[in-house]
This record gives sequence, C-alpha cells and structure tokens, in this order.
Amino acid sequence: MAKRIYGIFDDEEVLMHAIPSLKKDGVVCKDVQSPFPIHGIEPLLNIPRTRISIASFLYGISGTSFALWMTWYMMVHDWPINIGGKPNFMFYMNLPAFIPVTFELTVFCAAHGMALTFLLRSKLLPGVTAPVPHPRITDDKFVLHVDVKDESKVNDVVALIKKSGASDVLLNSMQFS
Amino acid sequence: MSGNNEAVVRDPLILGKKTYHQMTEDICRPIEGKANKMWWVAFSVAFVTMIWGIICLAYTVGNGIGSWGANKTVGWAWDITNFVWWIGIGHAGTLISAILLLFRQRWRMSINRSAEAMTIFAVICAGLFPVFHTGRPWLDYWMLPLPNQFGSLWVNFNSPLLWDVFAISTYFSVSLVFWYLGLLPDLATVRDRCINPTKRFIYGILSFGWKGTARDWHRFEEVSLVLAGLSTPLVLSVHTIVSFDFATSIVPGWHTTIFPPYFVAGAIFSGFAMVLTLMIIARKVLNLQEYITIQHIELMNKIIILTGSIVGVAYTTEFFIAWYSGVQYESYAFINRATGPYWWAYWSMMTCNVVTPQLFWSKKIRTSVMATFIISIFVNIGMWFERFVIIVTSLHRDFLPSSWTMYSPTYIEVGIFVGTIGLFFTCFLLFSRVFPVIALAELKSILKKTGNQYKKKGIL
Repeated sequence: MAKRIYGIFDDEEVLMHAIPSLKKDGVVCKDVQSPFPIHGIEPLLNIPRTRISIASFLYGISGTSFALWMTWYMMVHDWPINIGGKPNFMFYMNLPAFIPVTFELTVFCAAHGMALTFLLRSKLLPGVTAPVPHPRITDDKFVLHVDVKDESKVNDVVALIKKSGASDVLLNSMQFS
Repeated sequence: MSGNNEAVVRDPLILGKKTYHQMTEDICRPIEGKANKMWWVAFSVAFVTMIWGIICLAYTVGNGIGSWGANKTVGWAWDITNFVWWIGIGHAGTLISAILLLFRQRWRMSINRSAEAMTIFAVICAGLFPVFHTGRPWLDYWMLPLPNQFGSLWVNFNSPLLWDVFAISTYFSVSLVFWYLGLLPDLATVRDRCINPTKRFIYGILSFGWKGTARDWHRFEEVSLVLAGLSTPLVLSVHTIVSFDFATSIVPGWHTTIFPPYFVAGAIFSGFAMVLTLMIIARKVLNLQEYITIQHIELMNKIIILTGSIVGVAYTTEFFIAWYSGVQYESYAFINRATGPYWWAYWSMMTCNVVTPQLFWSKKIRTSVMATFIISIFVNIGMWFERFVIIVTSLHRDFLPSSWTMYSPTYIEVGIFVGTIGLFFTCFLLFSRVFPVIALAELKSILKKTGNQYKKKGIL
C-alpha cells in the first residue's frame, strides 16, 4: 500500500512547474486539489478528456426520441381529436406543432442527464464527506497528492516536493468535515 | 506578470489589491457576519408584501378568478402581463451565465451568480400567475401529459399554452441545476470556513462533498460549457414560445411574425434592467464595489442600449406593418393603442423603453450609478407597460364592437402582483445571506488575468 503525502502550494503557477520537475525525479503525482480550475493541468496528471459531453448528446437524443414518440402516441395514435378544424390524422402533418415540445424535452434530458452523470461520476451527493487534506484548499491553497511506494523514501520525496516550491508537506490528511 | 493574456487596453475587472484569500474573505463576509439594520428593514418590508400577496392569492382561490377585473372580453389581463414580465426578467440571468460564457466574456463572472438567482426567483414569481389563472390550481396536474383516466383527455400538443408548460418547466429546472452546480465549489468554501459545527454540517450537505480535484474541475468546466450551450437556445426558445401564446392567435395586434425576436430582445432588455437595479443596491450594501465595478455597470448599460433599440425598432415595424398590410382590424388595433383610451399606457411604454435607454449613449450617464439606477427602474416600468399594452389594448376592442369593454384591475390582482415583488425580494435577500453572491471560484481563476495589481495596462 502506497503512502499518500500532500504537498501544499501557495500559487498555482509554482505547482504547474513543480509537477513536471517532480515527475522527472520519479515522484508519482496522483491528483491536485485546488480552489478553482487550473487550466492546462490535465495533461500533467494524465487526466483523459472527459466524455461527459458525449453522454449529454446521447441523453439529448433520447429526449428527442421520447418526445416524438409521445406526441405521436398521444395525439395521433391513441386519441386523435379534431381541434378547431385542425385534425390530428398524420404525424408528419402535425409535426411542426410538436417541435417546441420536442426541443424542450431534448434540452431537458440532455441537461439533467449530464448533471446527474457529473454528480455520480465525481461522487458528489448530499451527505458525502469531502476529503479535505488542508482547511484552505477551497480558499487559496493548492494541494498536490503524491504516492510514495517505498515508505523508507518518504523523507526524500518530502524534500523533493519542498524543493519544487511547496510551502509545506503534510504526511497525513487533516480530516475536516 | 505572467498569466496576462488579455488585451492590454482593457480595464481591470477586479479592483483593489486582491489575493485569493482576500477575495474569499470579501465574498464570504456577508454570509458569515450578522445582518445589518438595512437588511432587516428591507427583509421585513419584502416579507410583509409577500404575505399580502399570499392573502390575495388565498382570496382568489376561495372566491374564484371572478375576484379579478378580467372580463369576458379581456380574459387575459393583469396576471398574464405579470407572467410575461417576470419571465422576461428571468432571461438576463441565463443570458449572462450562458451566452456570455460562450462568448468568453470575463466580466460576466462578477454578476452571473446573482443574475442566475434572480432568474430562478423571477421564474417562480412568473409561474404563480398561470397556475392561479387556471382558477382551480388543484387540478393543474391536468397540464401534464397524463393518461385520460387522470384528467379529461390527453393534453393538446398543438396548443402554445402547453408548449409554455414544457418551456417554462424546462427553463426553470435547467436554470436551477446550472446555478446550483456552479454554487457547489463556493458552498464548499463556506463549509471549510465554518466554525459552528451545525453550520458546517449544513454547508457540508449543501456542497455535496465538493473536493475540488483536478478531475472534478475538468468535468465541472465541461459541464458548465455544455450547459451553457444547451441554455443558449433554451433561453431564446422560452420567450419565443411565450410570444407564440399571442402570435399563433388571430387577435389583431397579436398575430404577428415579429413577436419571437421582439419578445426575446424585450426580455433581455428588462432582465438587464432588473439586474442593474438589484446589483447597484447589492454592491453597495454588501460592499462589493471592487468586484462589481463601474465597468460592469457600463457594459450592462451597453446591452440595454442595444436591446432597447431592438425593441424600439420592433415597435416601429409593428406599426408600419399594421398600416402597410392594409388589414383594417390590424390598423385599427394599432391606431387604438396610440390614440385610444389606453394611450397613456402606450406612451409610457414608448417613453420608458425607447427614449430613456438612448440616454446611455452618453458615457457620463452610463457610468453614473445614480442615473443607471433611475433608468433601470424606468425600463422595468416600461417593459411592464409593454405587456399590458399588448394584452389589454388588443383584447378590449376586437372584431365585434358590441363586446368592446374597458379593463381595470381589482385590488386583489394588484395585491398578487405586489406580493410577487415581495416574494422576489424576500428570496433575493435570503439568498444574499446564505449563498456567496459572486461566483468566487470562477472569479479567482481570472484574478491574475484581470486583477488590478496583476494587470499591466497600456501599450506594452
């Protein structure tokens, strides 16, 4: 079991420069916690591009299909009514009137499906306890998670992280909340 | 300074000597401190007004909508006016958070949170009107596509009123999700700063255990971008569909193809006016002048000039087409608007919506906080009159002169409208005490690009 230690940085630019140099020294950088998104950090941590937009597209398509099926079933198939001299006999003839609802359901499914996927995928739900290694990670501190395989090397790695610009290194996560 | 990849000629968006920590302090202060006297005064007034609105609503439910001034000829009146007005106000929030995100406008970050909150509260206020206009709100589930055994029949998908049900509910729920996802990181900030364990527990629940890892942020940004891409056509569709309520009818003055773009521009126009009204007060009361700067106000005023001018062109076009079409009913409807018994409403609308925003061409006026505040109130009033003019003047004299009549509201209707304003401000005041009113995490990410002490201004 690898030992996880936490390098605390005060500035995101220092952290961005620290990761490649640490990697060169063979330090395994697992993750970063930051108070705001740091652009361009994903390749440094080998984070692949998220596929959540593809998921959203699929949810959207499902919404479209559902809406088309629903309007066809309710208006044309199950109970067609002649309203104001405008009958509902053929789906394709009434389709223009169904477009607004189809569009809204597409957006509805795409947006909510994606939001739910995001929450589940990132394990964000009411009642989940956040791992907070340092109380100011949501304020102005940037935390680099480093895994040390060989416990005897911990001190060396700590020295390396400090050399790369970290203001502090924590050996244990301070658990809050 | 590194990170400065923005045009050097632009003014900084964040003033003062700020650090990340200072920003956290500034924006969390209104939540962590005690409410001041001003807040309590404002809250009490808003709350009492809301209670009055609830009493009027209860009276309406008990006695039926006969307690309103609406009659056989003017079946849609004050309440649909209010509905369209509130929905329009909601549009600015989504415009700021979605469309300006797609255009990469960084100045949106100081105002998007509160504008989105405003959207949500405005849509809640708007939604009340059609719900109670049905007369039997306990049967409102009939608007859902439920099988025939539940209601009378399947709902009619050919009807623009049903499109409205779908549009408004999608708009409300998507805006809510967009707003709340954006709040998660900032709620986590509040959580991590809490000393009181109960508060910490509550913010822990509210922040969904946000941890801010690189993966989370990566997904978060993608989700925000895609939601913005989805909300942009959504916001345009919502007011388009609201305008279809009118445009698909055959009532003179309503039956016009110009309605969708005209309504959307009007919605953004009134929405920005309301954002300005609220922000000018909030930046002062919450001490956020360094985040919501004169530059922000000026930029919003420029959008007001644009949309106000679009609305002005739309009014003129409508009038011209009414004459040019040669349809006597259409021509009469417009002549009657300008010179008939409701001339005062028409000219209030023209003055407030077309004339006053043009004052913003002067830089002195659009950078003046007081002038902006006054003009924004004018625009709010003008846009209310616009809807009143469209609805009441078109209906009160239709094809059959024997059914011509006048409309005036009862105190119950006025009470409900005033009550929704109370509800809106009650919600906004509570929001400003509970949630960070500025998108803190987002704003931090641009500090080094546009913060006062980082930015090198001028030609390098």
